[in-house]
Amino acid sequence: MFRYQEEILANEIKSIVEKYGNKRENLLRILQELNDKYNYLSEQVLQNVASCLKISPSEVYGVATFYSFLNTKPKGKYVIRVCKTIVCDLNGKDKIINTIENELGIKVGETTKDGLFTLEYTNCMGMCNQGPAMLINNDIYYNLDPEKVVEIIEKYARGGDSNVD
Amino acid sequence: MEEKYILLSKNFGYQQSKLNEIVEYTKKKLAEKNLTGKVAVKLRLDNYYINEQILLSILPDKLHYTKVDFKLIDEIIDDYLINGKIVERNRFQCDELLNRFFENFGDYNYFNKQLRLTLRNCGIIDPESIDDYILADGFKALAKMLTKMKPLDVIEEMRKSGLRGRGGGGYPTYIKWTNGHRAKSETGQKYIICNADEGDPGAFMDRSTIEGDPFSIIEGMAIAGYAVGADKGYVYIRAEYPLAIKRLENAIKLAKENNFLGKNILGTNFNFEIDLRLGAGAFVCGEETALIASIEGRRGTPRPRPPYPSIKGLFGCPTVINNVETLANVPVIILDGGDFFARIGTEQSKGTKVFALAGKVNNTGLIEIPMGTTIREIIYNIGGGIANNRKFKAVQTGGPSGGCIPEDFLDTPIDYDSLIHAGSMMGSGGMIVMDDNTCMVDVSKFFLDFTQNESCGKCTPCREGTKRMLEILQRITEGKGELDDIEKLERLGETIKLSSLCGLGQSAPNPILTALRYFREEFEEHIKDKKCRAHICKKLIEYFILEDKCIGCGACKRKCPVNCISGEPKKLHTIDQSKCIKCGACFETCKFNAIIQR
Ligand SMILES: Cc1cc2nc3c(=O)[nH]c(=O)nc-3n(C[C@H](O)[C@H](O)[C@H](O)COP(=O)(O)O)c2cc1C
Ligand code: SF4
Ligand code: SF4
Ligand code: SF4
Ligand code: FES
Repeated sequence: MFRYQEEILANEIKSIVEKYGNKRENLLRILQELNDKYNYLSEQVLQNVASCLKISPSEVYGVATFYSFLNTKPKGKYVIRVCKTIVCDLNGKDKIINTIENELGIKVGETTKDGLFTLEYTNCMGMCNQGPAMLINNDIYYNLDPEKVVEIIEKYARGGDSNVD
Repeated sequence: MEEKYILLSKNFGYQQSKLNEIVEYTKKKLAEKNLTGKVAVKLRLDNYYINEQILLSILPDKLHYTKVDFKLIDEIIDDYLINGKIVERNRFQCDELLNRFFENFGDYNYFNKQLRLTLRNCGIIDPESIDDYILADGFKALAKMLTKMKPLDVIEEMRKSGLRGRGGGGYPTYIKWTNGHRAKSETGQKYIICNADEGDPGAFMDRSTIEGDPFSIIEGMAIAGYAVGADKGYVYIRAEYPLAIKRLENAIKLAKENNFLGKNILGTNFNFEIDLRLGAGAFVCGEETALIASIEGRRGTPRPRPPYPSIKGLFGCPTVINNVETLANVPVIILDGGDFFARIGTEQSKGTKVFALAGKVNNTGLIEIPMGTTIREIIYNIGGGIANNRKFKAVQTGGPSGGCIPEDFLDTPIDYDSLIHAGSMMGSGGMIVMDDNTCMVDVSKFFLDFTQNESCGKCTPCREGTKRMLEILQRITEGKGELDDIEKLERLGETIKLSSLCGLGQSAPNPILTALRYFREEFEEHIKDKKCRAHICKKLIEYFILEDKCIGCGACKRKCPVNCISGEPKKLHTIDQSKCIKCGACFETCKFNAIIQR
């Protein structure tokens, strides 16, 4: 059974690598897609990519750890990234962070026990005049205040991941 | 065919549902009055000009209104469209008709110091419609160039224009293009890269430019490709910009379908195609050599220059890298001529500059001003002054490579050289206004923390030096600073500037050095008096409930995120200082001014 799953994984990775082309230069894009697909890049995934591209696993690992949007550890289903940059900071991002930490019972950098949420900081995402702002996976939320944040998080917790206006 | 149309748009961030309601209402009302075939209603998606508002224009009559609500729609339809009487309520006037932007939006306090070249189409065309772009003179520059100009003619126009790179450095664009044009490529392959990795804190010009007018970037890149002799372009864009990515993908697809990209563009033998590459959350990838490494699928670390990318860039081939805003200016220069462009701005800095105005001003948003406009005009005329009637303290430009400019320098004109003289720099265009609630030590710490985090770690001065500086600043904000710390900061800063490999390290100390130049006494206050005058540095303040003012309403207790306020209803409440995280929520909540910072 276990062996069987490994094979499936290897085949999936192979087909993604082939989609981009078996070239060294496509490594980052391949990792980006795999990261989206599996939520994080396990050692196994990285090793498979290395052997497909015929480069050393440490090189693949080096790229995977360099970029903050690539995860080498598992993350929650929803990754909350709160902007920690200056404008959002001046506009009260601390309150947002405090609220989320309380609501989810985790600190920045942690994942909830049920594996639903990971809380992180991110750099400015260009929503500064509407700050504080945050990303949940690919959805942007701005003009946040503690009440709004609670509402948004509850919505995700219930399973709806569409943008709240 | 309708004779008139009503154009409705909303500010980015304003609720779409409210705009939809207005649109539906307008349509219904027009139908009621049998005007449906005569007056069309068009939607212009987001504009970026006024916060929290819906704008309406009646075209071709050039009547413009803000703060649109149902009542205004009634008035416009009944009084104007039916009876021909112009509605004056909430109208703004058109004076400066030379500016295409004003032609549509009129002269309004927020606009009248502005001049829109780069953002000429933003908020005016539908960014998802190539027909709209073409109607707005889109791809005319490309067509003019392909039929009438040789690559060197293009470069000559660029030289005349005086355009300098908008990505931060201000390097003359024509020199880069000339080098790229002359460079020999073994395989014949050359590349154009559009740098859309906009990462400066407080900057959102490139995002908005792409979202509002993606076709201009495509046209600019194709023109650059022709001038340099490249047939392939990449846009390196941040993954955090999903909407911009979507609009750009759509624009590339449409341009291809209409033969503005691809093989034999407009029937000539010029070929050019564009691909997107997404960033993955590393600020240093905005640096050109790191960006190239990232497109090559490697770790995004900078390498020493020379060789410059225009000689040896992507995959070892000559590569011209330009910023989004730089490229968005190119079609204007080719269509209207370098001389036209050079009429705008100052001697050394031509054209206009887009800024993302953010922070404590009344009007925040994207603005575009002719070079030479003063900072004061931006903050007080365009920005409408400091929010909440507070006092101006400083304005930050240049992001983590720039600095905070104090009140005495408010009359500094915006151009590359004056800003450097003032201790900051143009940077990519973030402009953050700070009021007297801001602590300059804290702000310096913020920027250093940013660069320290984003340092790629390749060279020691940047990696370790910024860490040392950050430790010192941390100490100062905690009230543990020592007298010689200021000197230490200055010494370390100078060393890092001189010995770092790339721009990130070379400019990392700037925010602190500039803050020390203008706000030295605030640092000294933190060190000697253990005081933070802005009440920001948490270790130096405490929240305290005044016995004679607290009525025991309990509001603060409910708000406190760490439950460290206790007290019976209707009795004095107290804060457990050992648990308080100094978030200030209680302070803002108390309606009886019973909580103070001290
Ligand atoms: C750390 C660092 C970050 C940078 N980030 C950006 C950026 O986000 N966007 C940009 O256009 N240029 C950025 N630059 C400048 C680029 O290296 C390059 O000079 C620029 O893209 C050239 O375009 P221009 O000549 O049109 O300005 C950065 C430079 C450094 C050192
Ligand atoms: S200066 Fe900093 S960011 Fe630049 S190469 Fe050196 S360590 Fe990396
Ligand atoms: S909110 Fe103010 S008045 Fe009410 S309990 Fe707290 S300190 Fe007292
Ligand atoms: S400052 Fe924040 S943590 Fe401290 S008592 Fe007030 S609400 Fe609670
Ligand atoms: S500072 Fe938070 S989005 Fe720009």
